[in-house]
Amino acid sequence: MIIGRTCKEVTHLVLQAEDTALPLADRLAVRLHMVVCKACPRFVEQVVFMRKASARWRQYSEE
Amino acid sequence: MTDIAVQLEKLRPQLLKYAQLQLRNSAWAEDAVSETMLAAIEKPQSFAGQSQLKTWLVGILKHKLIDQIRRNSREMSTASAEDSQDFEEDLFQADGHWRDAPKDWGDPEHCLRQQDFMRVLEACVEHLPGQQGRLFMMREWLELDTDEICKELAISATNLWVMLHRARLRLRECMQLNWFNPATQTIEGTSS
Repeated sequence: MIIGRTCKEVTHLVLQAEDTALPLADRLAVRLHMVVCKACPRFVEQVVFMRKASARWRQYSEE
Repeated sequence: MTDIAVQLEKLRPQLLKYAQLQLRNSAWAEDAVSETMLAAIEKPQSFAGQSQLKTWLVGILKHKLIDQIRRNSREMSTASAEDSQDFEEDLFQADGHWRDAPKDWGDPEHCLRQQDFMRVLEACVEHLPGQQGRLFMMREWLELDTDEICKELAISATNLWVMLHRARLRLRECMQLNWFNPATQTIEGTSS
């Protein structure tokens, strides 16, 4: 099922994408969900920011 | 020689902090740091400053931490009750909708240059349950790929993924509470 994933399911996929490449169908499901959901795009922004924060922290720990 | 000894002693608490964050066991963390300092004394190199020395030491420490993880892999892959707790019930309703929609963090890039932000982030990593913390550190700080982590700890990809998922959700929640909404601050940033 591509359309009709819940926010909980979509956050799973978004976080899974941090560690592995998602299948095409899942990538599409995430994209479609983002078009109709107001809350999840914010979650994605936070995940992207936390990824940058981890990278910066790694650097900081060596300085 | 005395000079390097003084500098090593100065950097020791910082090395110990990261070793402890990774291993969550003070005896093993002490060993990893001692091995790092021994290696540094045995192969002395000259550095332009304290910062370069630290970069070199952290590089050695990362190898020593992987040795410790291998040596203690069974304990490393043990989950606590807190690790097993399904944190998602707090975030989502039964129908899969958010209980509280994620807050707008605005444009937080500038935070990455603030030492206070790094301290709060470290405190949040420290507050992760044991196995989640170790796996998060292996992935994000040691930069191991997921296959390597599964192999070293003899855990399944699904188990790893569930733990990393919970760790990332908890970390995000902790940053929301302690950085993006300071009115509800519940933990203190650790000193570096």
